[in-house]
Amino acid sequence: MVRFQNVQKSYDGETLVVKDLNLDIATGEFVTMLGPSGSGKTTTLMMLAGFEPATHGEIYLNGNPINNVPPHKRGIGMVFQNYALFPHMSVAENLAFPLAVRGQSKAEQEERVKRVLEMVELPEFGGRRPAQLSGGQQQRVAVARALVFEPDLVLMDEPLGALDKQLREQMQYEIKHIHESLGVTVVYVTHDQSEALTMSDRVAVFEDGIIQQLSSPEELYERPENSFVAQFIGENNKLRGTVQEVGRDKLATVKLDSGDMVKALAVGIGAKGERTLLSVRPERVAIEPKKTKNTVTLTGKVEELIYLGDHIRTRMSVAGHTDFIVKVPNNAEHHELSEGQTTTVGWEAEDCRALDDMAA
Amino acid sequence: MTDVTASGVPGAITTSDGVPLKVSLARATRRQRMQALLLVMPLLLFLLVAFVLPIGEMLFRSIYSPIGPNVLPNFSKVIHEWDGEDLPPEAVFEVFVKDMTKAKESNEIGKTIGNLATRVNYEIPGSRGLFTKSARKVKNITEGPYKEALIALDKRWENQHIWRTLQRISSNYTASFYLAATDRKYNEDNEIVRADPLYQIYLPILGKTLWLSALITFICLLIAYPVSYLLATLPLRTSNLLMIMVLLPFWTSLLVRTTAWIAMLQTEGIVNNILVFTRVISEESRIQMIYNQTGTIVAMVHILLPFMILPLYSVMKTIPPYYMRAARSLGATGTYSFIKVYFPQTIPGIAAGTLLVFILAIGYYITPALVGGSDGLLISNLIADHIKKTLNWSLGSALGAILLAIVLIFYWIYNKLVGVDNLKFG
Repeated sequence: MVRFQNVQKSYDGETLVVKDLNLDIATGEFVTMLGPSGSGKTTTLMMLAGFEPATHGEIYLNGNPINNVPPHKRGIGMVFQNYALFPHMSVAENLAFPLAVRGQSKAEQEERVKRVLEMVELPEFGGRRPAQLSGGQQQRVAVARALVFEPDLVLMDEPLGALDKQLREQMQYEIKHIHESLGVTVVYVTHDQSEALTMSDRVAVFEDGIIQQLSSPEELYERPENSFVAQFIGENNKLRGTVQEVGRDKLATVKLDSGDMVKALAVGIGAKGERTLLSVRPERVAIEPKKTKNTVTLTGKVEELIYLGDHIRTRMSVAGHTDFIVKVPNNAEHHELSEGQTTTVGWEAEDCRALDDMAA
Repeated sequence: MTDVTASGVPGAITTSDGVPLKVSLARATRRQRMQALLLVMPLLLFLLVAFVLPIGEMLFRSIYSPIGPNVLPNFSKVIHEWDGEDLPPEAVFEVFVKDMTKAKESNEIGKTIGNLATRVNYEIPGSRGLFTKSARKVKNITEGPYKEALIALDKRWENQHIWRTLQRISSNYTASFYLAATDRKYNEDNEIVRADPLYQIYLPILGKTLWLSALITFICLLIAYPVSYLLATLPLRTSNLLMIMVLLPFWTSLLVRTTAWIAMLQTEGIVNNILVFTRVISEESRIQMIYNQTGTIVAMVHILLPFMILPLYSVMKTIPPYYMRAARSLGATGTYSFIKVYFPQTIPGIAAGTLLVFILAIGYYITPALVGGSDGLLISNLIADHIKKTLNWSLGSALGAILLAIVLIFYWIYNKLVGVDNLKFG
């Protein structure tokens, strides 16, 4: 449905904000562009909406190049970060705006506005001004306005950024449900990784104008392809070392800076002698693990214990790193630890990913 | 127990020691209120002395004219008994002659025959000589019948019109300056009629003032709107430069700017020279662009433009660009988005700017005085004339009061149309 082909974007002619972007989005898909601010995700969205011209490359919508199509002819619905509800119009007038532009009759407009207000569960609010609505209600109206003219594609630019945490989570589900029931294609921009993981079919992680990884939320969390994605999505323990050998079973042997030799899944490493960053999720690390064939064990000293109810967050020093986090589940057979105690930690070699070392 | 009294009436709540809550609150905030009052006191006093008192004085002076009773004190008391038919009775004539004789001796300002003559002359142009001439001879009349003697002195004393006018001005308060300011007068039968066409000057000038002010306001709006839009949307560095260019005239003397326009627009001025040089017009047909209405309009638009730009700019600055983007994404063309989304949001700025410029324009004095010639004069130039040249302060005050009333009416209409809370100056 949407295709970016070798798209580049520069504002000042000196630096590229978006570098050689290639992205295909299928009809009905919910794709999220995730990344820190300045990573190029919003610029990409603005190019798709037509507010920023691409410096190079071509964007296709339903197979047609749209680089020279002005924004009002693209027929793309858009939800803005600050909602952008017209303050001098009532909610109903806001919703009727795209319909009036399309020359629909008054009766038709009223009918559609009524239906869309029911969809976002604000049937009584048509006569109010946007300023008289709460943040969550404005958000719903903004979504309704982007959908009321039945576009095939809806863009959302950090639409939940201004809401408080609880409301944000509720709206995530509502947007997801609307997406599922209407079957529209959604391109969603956010810097909040939990939002991206909750809502999306696929997530494109942006950094430095490049898509670092494009995959399903599960893939992204379980199998990050590089150290940026591993660090950006969820929590990760980092161990630095040098590649010693890459075996046939995709397991590499790495010599940590502390001198310990460990095995890890080779994902993005170079040849022997190159620097690498090992990444292992805190919940995959066990205290005094049962040994199997590929279990990696190291000694660790407990530095700090934080009681979080369902688990105990344990900060340890392992192989010279003092910020090694282990999540000890608060279940019947968990180990009683005390600060200063020395114990062994371990994980399956497949759960530890040997990635490129960005800092090197 | 609770602090609510037994009756439970709201508003009768007391504090725990039984003092009514309102009393307690007033006591607690008294110090703050006193401080606040002290802080605004200098401004309050200044406003009182520099604004309220002069305006009150002006309004008072436009209806208060004690010259009749001052010059002819006894006559002013008895003339009221005259029914206005034929001529006043002999007794009144006697009092008049005696008052005139006494007034001749007086040289206290405001109490001389000359003052009286001027005052009557406002009402009956050309009557001045009658009073000055009679005053010289009236001391020769020492015994009755006074009526015949006075008429023998000058035939004009037989005219009812003189006596009716004297009767009218023998009161301390008069509406005649407002009548004069609206081109009206009393005719010989004491009825209010339009002044002779030759003397109808104030209403046409007032009309012209309103029309020119409206025109100037409209031109200012046309020019200021795109400029403000640029100021609000250009990158900071460029817009700062533009802003300096807008504010630069503010830092130059008004007089300098106005005379600069004279240098630009006069028949031997820069604009005409360029037009002749480029053969757009011939040497003989140089255009008269100054010392007439055109000059007034051009110079005043230039001088008042910042007052339109600044409120517009400050309102436009608060309109984020994403409204227009939202409108475009919803399918509206650029023009449609502008009309339906951007423009309505600038109305508070337009309202503030037009109100400001219009009110400044209808009271503008120095620019029309310098470049207005004769047909570019505004009502304020006439007011200044009466204050400085003809010294008819009462008429000047009446014109000023009418101007004030017009401003208030416009303000009221504005409030109805736009709502004063909607005005945004920044």
